[in-house]
Amino acid sequence: MARLVFGKKRPSWFIGRTFTHLILIFFTLAVGLPFFWMLTTALKSPVEVATFPPIWWPKTIKWDNFSKAWSTAPFGRFYINSFITAITGVLLEVSIAALSAYAFACIRFKYRDFFFLVMLAALMIPSQIALIPNYVILSKLKWINTYKGIVIPYVSSVFGTFLLRQYFLSVPSSLYEAAEIDGLSHFKTLTYIALPLAKPVLGTLILYIFIGKWNNYLWPLIVTTKQRMRTLPVGLAMVRDAEYAIGPEHLMAAAIFVLVPVLIVYFFSQRKLIEAIAAGAVKG
Amino acid sequence: MSSQSRPPIEPLPKFKRNPMTRRAKRDAITFALFTFPNFLLLTVFVFWPIFYSLFLSFFKWDMIAPKKRFIGLENYRVMFSDPVFWLVTKNTLILSLWVVVVKLAISLSLALVMNRDLRGRSFYQAIIFSPTFTTSVAVAMVWRWILEPDYGLLRVFMRPFGIAPINWIESTTHSLPAVIIVLIWVGIGYDMVIFLAGLKNIPPELYDAGLVDGVNPVQEFFYITFPLLSPTTFFLTITGFISALKSFDIIRILTDGGPLNTSNVLVLFLYENAFRWFKTGYASALALLLFVIIMAITLVQNRLSKRWVHY
Repeated sequence: MARLVFGKKRPSWFIGRTFTHLILIFFTLAVGLPFFWMLTTALKSPVEVATFPPIWWPKTIKWDNFSKAWSTAPFGRFYINSFITAITGVLLEVSIAALSAYAFACIRFKYRDFFFLVMLAALMIPSQIALIPNYVILSKLKWINTYKGIVIPYVSSVFGTFLLRQYFLSVPSSLYEAAEIDGLSHFKTLTYIALPLAKPVLGTLILYIFIGKWNNYLWPLIVTTKQRMRTLPVGLAMVRDAEYAIGPEHLMAAAIFVLVPVLIVYFFSQRKLIEAIAAGAVKG
Repeated sequence: MSSQSRPPIEPLPKFKRNPMTRRAKRDAITFALFTFPNFLLLTVFVFWPIFYSLFLSFFKWDMIAPKKRFIGLENYRVMFSDPVFWLVTKNTLILSLWVVVVKLAISLSLALVMNRDLRGRSFYQAIIFSPTFTTSVAVAMVWRWILEPDYGLLRVFMRPFGIAPINWIESTTHSLPAVIIVLIWVGIGYDMVIFLAGLKNIPPELYDAGLVDGVNPVQEFFYITFPLLSPTTFFLTITGFISALKSFDIIRILTDGGPLNTSNVLVLFLYENAFRWFKTGYASALALLLFVIIMAITLVQNRLSKRWVHY
C-alpha cells in the first residue's frame, strides 16, 4: 500500500510541468530547426535564398530545385551504389554476427571464453588506425573502386555478435536441448530455432547496421577514386568540394536526397532503435 | 611353494581418457567453422593493421613506389617537432573536452526534466535523438549554410543580442567553436537517451526513502540521483571522449580543418597526410599515436571506474 502513496513521486526534478515543456520545446526546436531549414532552403528561389532577414517559407515552392540538383552529379548512380553496398554489407554482417553469436552462446568449446575476449578486444581498436593498412591490402587485391572493396573490410561484427549472443542466451536452454535431442545440427538449430526467436532484436540490428553503412563517409571516400563508384555521402561531399557553382538551394536539395532513406527508416523505427541503444548501453 | 607359479596377472589396460569425445570434437569443429568468417575478417582488417601500421611508421613511403625506405624513428621525430601536429593535437583535445562536458550537462538536464510522465515525451525524444542517425555529411552541409555570415539562419538569432555577423567557417578564432557547436548538436540526443535509461534503473524505493526522510529536491539530486547515475555518467564521459577524439565527417565537410589548421583534428590530419600528400609512414605514426591514446584512456577507465563509480 505504501507504494501507492510514495510511488507517485518520481525523480522529476524540482520544476513545474509548464517549464519542463518550455525547456523541451526549446531543445526540440534547436535540434529540429536545421532539418526544417534544409527543407525550406531547398524549396526557395535563388532570390529568396539570398535575403536577410530570411524567409521562413517560400512564396512559390520551387520543386525544380530537386531536378536541377539531381543533374549536377550522377545521383542515380550514387543511389544504386549506396543501396548495393549497404544492403550486401548488412546481409553479410548480420549473417557473420549470427553465426558467431550462436557459436559463443550455444556451442560447447574449451577456449570459447578466451576467443570471446579476443573478439571484444577489437572493440577498443579505433577503426581509423586501419585506414592505411586496409587501403594497402585492397590495392594489392585490386579491390580499389569495387563494391567488395567498400563492403568487405567492414562486415566483421563485434557489436552484432555481442547483441545476438545476449539474446540467444536469454532463450530458455530447454529449447536448444530439445533440438539437440531431436538430432538437429547446430546450423539448423540456428536457422530454425535461435534466429526466428531473435526476430525483434534482429530487425533492430539490421536497421542499425544499415543506417551506419548508409551514412559511412570516410572509408568509401578513400576506397573510391572514380565517380561512378561513389556512394551518396561521398558524392554529395564532392558536389560541394568541386564548387559546381550551384546555389545553397540545390545543395540542400541534394542533401535531402541522401537523407530521405535514413529519415524513412528512422520515422518508422525510431522507438525500437532508441530502446535498443538504451538497453545496449545499460547492459554492456 | 609350488613350482608352478601362477601366470602373472596381466595388468589391466590402463584406461586412457580420450581427451575429446567425438561429440566434443564435432562441436569444436562447428565452433571453428561458425566463428571463422568473423575472426578472419577481424584478423585481416582490425588486428593486423595495428602491426602493419607500426611497421610502416618506420619507413618513408608514398604508397605507390615499390620500395619503402627504412628511416627508423624519423617519422616520430618529425611528428613531435612539427608545430602543425601540436596545433592539431591541441585542437583535438580542446574540442573533445568542450564537446563532452557541454553535451553531458545539457543531456543530463534534459533527461532529468523529461524523466516523468509527460505528454509528447516520445516526440521530443525522437527529434532530439534524430541527429544520431542522420547522415553527418548532409547535416554538416546544412550547418555550413546556417553558419553562413550574411544569409545564415544563426544571424537571425544573434541580431537581437547585437552580435555582429560572424564568419564562423573562415575565421581562425571561430572555426573550432563552430565545429564544437555542431558536434554538441549531433550528440545531445544519444547522451540523453542513455541518461534516461540510467534514471529508469534507479530503484524508486530510494526516492520513497528520501521522501520519508524529508529530503529536498536538491539533496535528492546530490545524494540519490547523481551517485546512482555515476556508472552512466562515467560510461558517457569515456565513450564520448573517445568518439570526439575520432571525429572526422562533420569537420571535413564543415571547415575541412581550416583556416590555417585552426580547426584541424588528428583523424583529419591523418587523412590528409595519408591520402592527400601520400606520406604513408608519417600518417601511420599518427595512426599509432591515436591508437595509443585511445588504449590508454580505455585502460585508465577500467582502473578508475572501480574507484569512482558506485554500482
